[in-house]
Amino acid sequence: MTAEELETLAEESRNEQAKARQTVRVCVAAGCLSSKSDQVKDALTAKVKEAGMEHDCCVKGVGCMGLCAAGPLVSVTSETATKKEVMYQLVTPNDAGEIVEGIKNNKPVKRLDCPTDVPFFSRQKKIVLENCGVIDPEKIEEYIAADGYSALHKCVSTLSPGQVVEQVQKSGLRGRGGAGFSTGLKWSMVAKAAGTPKYVICNADEGDPGAFMDRSVLESDPHRVLEGMAIAAYAVGATQGYIYVRAEYPLAIKRLKVAIRHAERVGVLGASIFGTPLSFKVDIRLGAGAFVCGEETALIASIEGQRGQPRPRPPFPAQEGLWGKPTLINNVETFANIAPILRNGGEWYAAIGTEKSKGTKTFALAGKVTNTGLIEVPMGMTLREIIFQIGGGIPDGRKFKAVQTGGPSGGCIPEQFLDMPVDYDSLAKVGSIMGSGGMIIMDETSSMVDVARFFMEFCQTESCGKCVPCRVGTTQMHELLKKIIAGKATAADVKLLEELCDMVKSTSLCGLGQTSPNPVLSTLRYFRKEYEDLLQHEDEGSNGHEPATAGAGKEKTR
Amino acid sequence: MVAIAKKPTMPSKDKRWLIIDATMRRHGYVGDSLIESLHAAQEAFGYLDDETMRFVAKSLNVPLSKVYGVSTFYHHFTLKPQGEHTCVVCMGTACYIKGAAELLTVLEKEYGVKGGETTKDGKLSVLTARCLGSCGLAPAVVFDGEVAAKVGKADLLARVAKQVAQ
Repeated sequence: MTAEELETLAEESRNEQAKARQTVRVCVAAGCLSSKSDQVKDALTAKVKEAGMEHDCCVKGVGCMGLCAAGPLVSVTSETATKKEVMYQLVTPNDAGEIVEGIKNNKPVKRLDCPTDVPFFSRQKKIVLENCGVIDPEKIEEYIAADGYSALHKCVSTLSPGQVVEQVQKSGLRGRGGAGFSTGLKWSMVAKAAGTPKYVICNADEGDPGAFMDRSVLESDPHRVLEGMAIAAYAVGATQGYIYVRAEYPLAIKRLKVAIRHAERVGVLGASIFGTPLSFKVDIRLGAGAFVCGEETALIASIEGQRGQPRPRPPFPAQEGLWGKPTLINNVETFANIAPILRNGGEWYAAIGTEKSKGTKTFALAGKVTNTGLIEVPMGMTLREIIFQIGGGIPDGRKFKAVQTGGPSGGCIPEQFLDMPVDYDSLAKVGSIMGSGGMIIMDETSSMVDVARFFMEFCQTESCGKCVPCRVGTTQMHELLKKIIAGKATAADVKLLEELCDMVKSTSLCGLGQTSPNPVLSTLRYFRKEYEDLLQHEDEGSNGHEPATAGAGKEKTR
Repeated sequence: MVAIAKKPTMPSKDKRWLIIDATMRRHGYVGDSLIESLHAAQEAFGYLDDETMRFVAKSLNVPLSKVYGVSTFYHHFTLKPQGEHTCVVCMGTACYIKGAAELLTVLEKEYGVKGGETTKDGKLSVLTARCLGSCGLAPAVVFDGEVAAKVGKADLLARVAKQVAQ
């Protein structure tokens, strides 16, 4: 494909879309789909046809619109000069007739109205999610019409690989998987590494319970990720890419497969992309349910068909990765940021966010918050703005207690830090991490000790068993937490727990073990009283310091 | 990877062996495709039994111990057949905070099975998931592959009763 052909395709698709005077968008991402949004879409299509409006009114399935709590969501846009948009919430197939009637008479259905001038929509800034909920994820033409693959074209035709890396470095983008390593630096390491072939891997093993940003991006805008990977391949000199995606995300897998097939057909993936010597193929590899495979060396082992066990670094994957070759591994959201950065320049991106954390970040808001769903905000927004303005606060008149970020590797942040800006360094300072973007809000009814125990149980079952501190340590910590919750522990047990946290943190092989004490440490730091209230006092007898049961061997119960 | 001198014969005339073989062939019978092959096998048979693991091991020329190791390492693979109906309770953080653990207790009381177990009559398997990514709809439960949002205790029991009655 040439640049002209790309432009023609975009033009054709734009014309096609402009023909319709109204566009009805129905969210068919996993969230709304589980509330039967596919039936809503079918009913709307049928009603439009019944009313004889199929030439003026286009009904299409799109990706996530963000406000999952109010799904299924439907948006109706009049393609007139004013581009007025009406959004409907909690739509059922039975509402289709009324909605179509409303379009016909230009009278929106008040009963189903979902206001879009509220902070949930107006306070967001969308870069990664700009196409989510707008384009049909299964049509490459719509992605191309939305400037898709133009960044890839710009790279291969006007920039040298070095210049591409330079732009990414200028943007200040940091890895969105959680650790926040400089993406530009990683790219330059792989670009400089000796050895061929080189590989590009997209980490879509979103194992952090409570996070669903990557799933939404893959389901709503898969081409964005493919374009980012292809640009990365050009920059570092790779010829083969893999997307390692969880088997638990069947819809994301399906849409990725469709996207790869379309991209190959159009010629933006495969051999001689845009008629240049760049050749890049992408294959999907399915994860099989192991949290540790989010760790890059474990992920590589899994692609090689092994058990997902990490190995010591260095050598880093940039030098010796997949099959011993230089490998670039980035997260889904990192790749999704690449195309806009190259399209608008690194400086544009660097102007958004804070001094050390540039750009925007997507978060999955869940737990005890009114507006659960997917959001994207500039770095540096405060937790209070995110939870109380965008999130709409705590439902049922309850009181906020803590917000958990970073999943099993992160911590619980109490009320006193609500006015802290959200960026990599501030979160680390209060004992949590940015993580991949899961944000679970807890109200006064949640027990923080139980939350710590929940995450420790998670880490214990997910420990790969390779290194002793993690394998044995997480089990012992879990036993101690259970003992505390059962009301059988004493102050000595808490002291032992703290010592264990310290030891596991400093001696584990990989990130899973090193960060597993974080939920315990942060709850001990901010909610110590909850632990103390559960303790037995020495004078009540029983200082019963039973040894926690050993036997960390991960038994399979299924 | 050493080329395989002789391909093992299919364990039976069951057509599903052909599906598994086709997956392995597409990857050139290399040992690296072990996980992909096991995915295909589990999709075809619903679980991985000894015969399947032996067949995959021989076809890909990898030790049976490694096949067993990989099959038991990953949560997705199961070595036991599942019940006629499945009910997967999501135990991700958001679902846990919103009471997923209580849903499991209710099921245990009613059907006498814990997460990961199947009823004696083989009708129902109660499973737990790490996170379905449907956190906005917590607590989420998957009944026979269909995700249901914001499931309450009464709703759960009604749905499972309907499943089992089928």
